[in-house]
Amino acid sequence: MSAAAPLLEVRDLKVHFPVKHGVLGAARGWVKAVDGVSFDLAAGETLGLVGESGCGKTTLARALARLVKPTEGSIRLEGEDMGQWSGAQLRARRRKWQMIFQDPYNSLDPRMTVGHIIGEALEIHRLASTARERQTRTKELLESVGLDGAQAAFYPHEFSGGQRQRIGIARALAVDPKLIICDEPVSALDVSVQAQIINLLQDLQQERGVAYLFVAHDLAVVERISRRVMVMYLGKVVELGQAAAVVRTPRHPYTQALVSAVPEMDEPSQRPRIVLSGEMPSPIDPPPGCPFHPRCPVAEARCKVEIPKLREIIPGHWAACHLA
Amino acid sequence: MAKSLGNYPRLSRRGNRTFPSLLEIRNLQLEFRSEEQSVRAVDGVSLAIGQGETLGLVGESGSGKSVTALSIGRLLRTPPAFYAGGEILLEGRDVLKASNRELQELRGRVVSYIFQEPGASLNPVMRVGAQIKESLTLHRPQAATDAEVVRLLKLVGMPAPETRAKSYPHEMSGGMQQRVMMAMALAAEPKLLVADEPTTALDVTIQAQILALLKEARQRLGMSLLLITHNLGIVGQMADRVAVMYAGQIVETAPARELLRRPLHPYTRALMNAAPRLGGAGGRLANIPGSVPRPGAMPSGCRFHPRCAMARPDCSVNKPELAAVENGRQVRCPYWNCP
Repeated sequence: MSAAAPLLEVRDLKVHFPVKHGVLGAARGWVKAVDGVSFDLAAGETLGLVGESGCGKTTLARALARLVKPTEGSIRLEGEDMGQWSGAQLRARRRKWQMIFQDPYNSLDPRMTVGHIIGEALEIHRLASTARERQTRTKELLESVGLDGAQAAFYPHEFSGGQRQRIGIARALAVDPKLIICDEPVSALDVSVQAQIINLLQDLQQERGVAYLFVAHDLAVVERISRRVMVMYLGKVVELGQAAAVVRTPRHPYTQALVSAVPEMDEPSQRPRIVLSGEMPSPIDPPPGCPFHPRCPVAEARCKVEIPKLREIIPGHWAACHLA
Repeated sequence: MAKSLGNYPRLSRRGNRTFPSLLEIRNLQLEFRSEEQSVRAVDGVSLAIGQGETLGLVGESGSGKSVTALSIGRLLRTPPAFYAGGEILLEGRDVLKASNRELQELRGRVVSYIFQEPGASLNPVMRVGAQIKESLTLHRPQAATDAEVVRLLKLVGMPAPETRAKSYPHEMSGGMQQRVMMAMALAAEPKLLVADEPTTALDVTIQAQILALLKEARQRLGMSLLLITHNLGIVGQMADRVAVMYAGQIVETAPARELLRRPLHPYTRALMNAAPRLGGAGGRLANIPGSVPRPGAMPSGCRFHPRCAMARPDCSVNKPELAAVENGRQVRCPYWNCP
């Protein structure tokens, strides 16, 4: 770890949800959606988070945005423990992070003009003292995401999917955050528009030094935008390293399977194709030992009993596998 | 010089093999009409699929690829849909002129479908085994047995098929539901399977399983496949030939390998450059400015010209034809060969 405190320090974070019987029933089990996740995120960095549905990546993103309460563990933002904040402290710091979502349409109020949506963020955080100042800021924000300032008077339904995602980004930028949590921000967009949004996010990072936690299931998109990539499986981090290293020389058998499953445009390569059998088990009743062992092509006897720890295989490249 | 295509060839080619045509769409014109306006969603689409051949149909949202595919089984409600022209020949019979009775015979036995959201296509209050059996009763009544249901579930790689046949759709994951959809489609032993974004809603490791399964079923049953996708990687894995659609028209068709090696239409080139590739170089992606035009608000001249990096002054005036340019390739751009 470097001398300066990272923007975000997550330690042994757990988010468990009770599984209940009936309306008043007692918990009969726990969904361990996030189960002991630790990582750092530096200011201005992009950390990609990949994994399949049910791996806990969205729950982790929501816990970091304080939309769900962690069960255990700590999240420190600029060195301060989020869990210790009082209501007033939380409100004062809330603008340090923002979130953008997969479906920009569902995250924009259909009855508000775009100018109103962005202006509201400025108003709540007292970032513009007069109505005129608010209008000027809104116009600047729209222009910074490639929209026309005059479009502030329009409603969300008057925009295309890509333009709506630009509005979502402008709203997030309005409060000048240090961190933007992006939950599948380009998954619903067409390829040509997806490229526009990825480029826009990269440009904005260069201009403003904002950090991204970029959650997506598309490995190629994540590799393109991230400096480092973290892979989750069944609530746990199974691999973490530089983006190029994770994609080109994955150390965990799950990451290897994930990489090999991406269909390629080019000639079929010599790279062995790994088609995993079965699906991810339920997080209510995870398998003993390594959570991946029932689907793992190289699992050994100890994988069935001993939980592998995330360890540094080579400097900067971590994997949770006994055999890595 | 390129010449315009009057007649679409009756035979399609893969490498040096030729396939007798199973499906031939000629100059399809499809409109959606309401009292206020009429919008042309498909404008002059011609394509052919040979027996045992896989055609990848590629395009972004609004390109008309899904409505073209739905037209083959005449699954669009008319109105609002209206067939303004063209023919859809399935085994030589024009689907657009078929009676309801003839359609019943074509659907299932000749053409079957699987869709992107299997959960939305399955009956939520019926056990999946019963739904597969219903498909058997309709299309192969002599085979409508529990044993055949289990055989089909095994064919699509369902673990514990006897038990799973008694499950309801909500008790299954998306991947399992898509296997059930495939079992229902294959129950009719169709000659053509239309798969509309069959893996888009699935995770990548499950996608790999479903694609492997589609390949196997295609080989085992000698079935033709119309695979609709926005993912050029899937085209590379699965398709013999590919047709690229933009704004209601086909802009390029070619053998899949050749198209991916050397795309000719500026839109295809831009689309390939816009898709990030695994292990590819970093830096900025080459994006396509603007967005897909809405039907009813089509640009003049070439429909791609406002977004085209290579557009010339006359591209906003002249409407380019889909022209044969090379062995088995067609391009809707007069300047495809210019640097």
